[in-house]
Amino acid sequence: MTLSVSLSHSFGGFRLEAAFEAPPGVTALFGRSGSGKTTVVNAVAGLLRPHRGRVAVQGEVLADTEAGVWLPPHRRRIGYVFQDARLFPHLTVRQNLTYGRWLAGLRDGAEIGRIVEMLGIGPLLSRRPGALSGGERQRVALGRAILSGPRMLLMDEPLAALDDARKAEILPYLERLRDEVGLPILYVSHALAEVARLATTVVLLEAGRVTAAGPVAEVLSDPGAAQGLAPREAGAVLLARIEAQEEDGLTRLATGAGPVWLPRVAGAPGRALRLRILAQDVMLALEVPQGISALNHLPAVVEELREDDGPSALVRLRAGEEALLARITRRSARAMELRPGLRLHAVLKAVSVAQENAGG
Amino acid sequence: MTEWLSPDEWRAVALSLRVSAVATAASLPFGVLVALALARGRFPGRQLLNGLVHLPLILPPVVTGYLLLLTFGRKGWVGQFLDQWFGIVFAFRWTGAALAAAVMAFPLMVRAIRLAIEAVDPKLEQAAATLGASRPLVFLTVTLPLILPGIVAGAILAFAKAMGEFGATITFVSNIPGQTQTLPSAIYAFLQVPGGDAQAARLALVAIVIAMAALLLSEWVSRAVARRIAGT
Repeated sequence: MTLSVSLSHSFGGFRLEAAFEAPPGVTALFGRSGSGKTTVVNAVAGLLRPHRGRVAVQGEVLADTEAGVWLPPHRRRIGYVFQDARLFPHLTVRQNLTYGRWLAGLRDGAEIGRIVEMLGIGPLLSRRPGALSGGERQRVALGRAILSGPRMLLMDEPLAALDDARKAEILPYLERLRDEVGLPILYVSHALAEVARLATTVVLLEAGRVTAAGPVAEVLSDPGAAQGLAPREAGAVLLARIEAQEEDGLTRLATGAGPVWLPRVAGAPGRALRLRILAQDVMLALEVPQGISALNHLPAVVEELREDDGPSALVRLRAGEEALLARITRRSARAMELRPGLRLHAVLKAVSVAQENAGG
Repeated sequence: MTEWLSPDEWRAVALSLRVSAVATAASLPFGVLVALALARGRFPGRQLLNGLVHLPLILPPVVTGYLLLLTFGRKGWVGQFLDQWFGIVFAFRWTGAALAAAVMAFPLMVRAIRLAIEAVDPKLEQAAATLGASRPLVFLTVTLPLILPGIVAGAILAFAKAMGEFGATITFVSNIPGQTQTLPSAIYAFLQVPGGDAQAARLALVAIVIAMAALLLSEWVSRAVARRIAGT
């Protein structure tokens, strides 16, 4: 395991009892505000000393209260991208970027050029942080953390302070970072869209406890885990690949659940994408639907049915190799006699897959 | 100018400048340390230290001068120690005037620097730590540059206060022309003799000019430093 965390900490009436393991790739620490996410990352970074616990990265123990091991933050080699960038106001962008490098004694200038190019911050190098926009600041903060030569990166809601346009500006850089730099990342977020787009693994945190953990597609399609989310947020993630751009403006995508058509998604055939399909955008039909305007319907099998306190029920479906989540009313569930093993069709409205969620 | 001021008056002005400069420069490192301890330190006796530092501000200056005489005078325990081991004598020397000025100006200096330290966002220091900076390096590369305007302001304030120090100085080191007679002491002395009014007025004018110059300089320097640090 790349990162192994087990913590017990309490302050001001809040109790954190969390343990999880993170494999290589992007692990999203997901939960509402106040669920203890920042406490966890701060403990990993060494900014917070937990009452009890153990933190190990790539086999090296950074903290172990039982064994009396405590590495101070500056000796952990863990890059931290904060929500509020925290660039040094008295240094230029270039000096900010090379700050950690200089401390680590790294002399490789080519790496700086590569990261600067990857983040598109070349024109900003001689400016000062006060003259940057929020999105630019966050990109510089990313570069600064990467260039300090860390063995893993922590990101505490790096997009939360930005408006939607700025978020859309940064997300592609985060994806490139994930795909090109190959550093393990622990990514804190309370925005499911970001998690669905970036994460390989999800750790769900609720009131200081881990309620679900595993590969992103599995956790997000788990009705039990989805109950902890806002009703509008629950939804599954499908890994997709562009197959063809068709003449009428639609794009045909291949997924493990079957073919899906979407209004034009940019990219050449072969490009990998993630589709996020919200539970509320999935309808269920017992027979092959006919005479409806929705383009996409996938054969599926009911795996699990969970009714919640309200009038609705969450249904986990197995569609080919993938899992889907549907939110329907309890009345419909009863009328259709839904039960595990039942074969049916999941109807997705083509427009229901939001473009901003269809990222690479 | 030499005709305008008598040699005695010149000596008083030059002595005052020297006393104030030395007092400011020598107390600055201590000022930063004490301000750091007061702003960030969590130790028993912090309030006591705070009170001690501020004492010269509220005590009658003559009391401060008397206490200095008791401790740093020829028979004072610190004074004897310094004389025997380092050959440093404060009593009735210009160094004593500098010590008195430094002690009197210290609260103002610490206050300005402490405010600057409290304005530094500890989150920036945390960020520096995650980038690999040990505590001393965090201070040197982040905290110190950010509090520089406060240090400059504190130093200039202390210099101005030292220029005007009178009560503690005259109590501790008396009023010896050419030795311990600073600008305020000289003005006082001129006012004691019949017909000294004109001389006193000239020196008062010099004091006003120096004070104004210090004030303008401090404004200019701290604005320049703040501009550099504001990050625009």
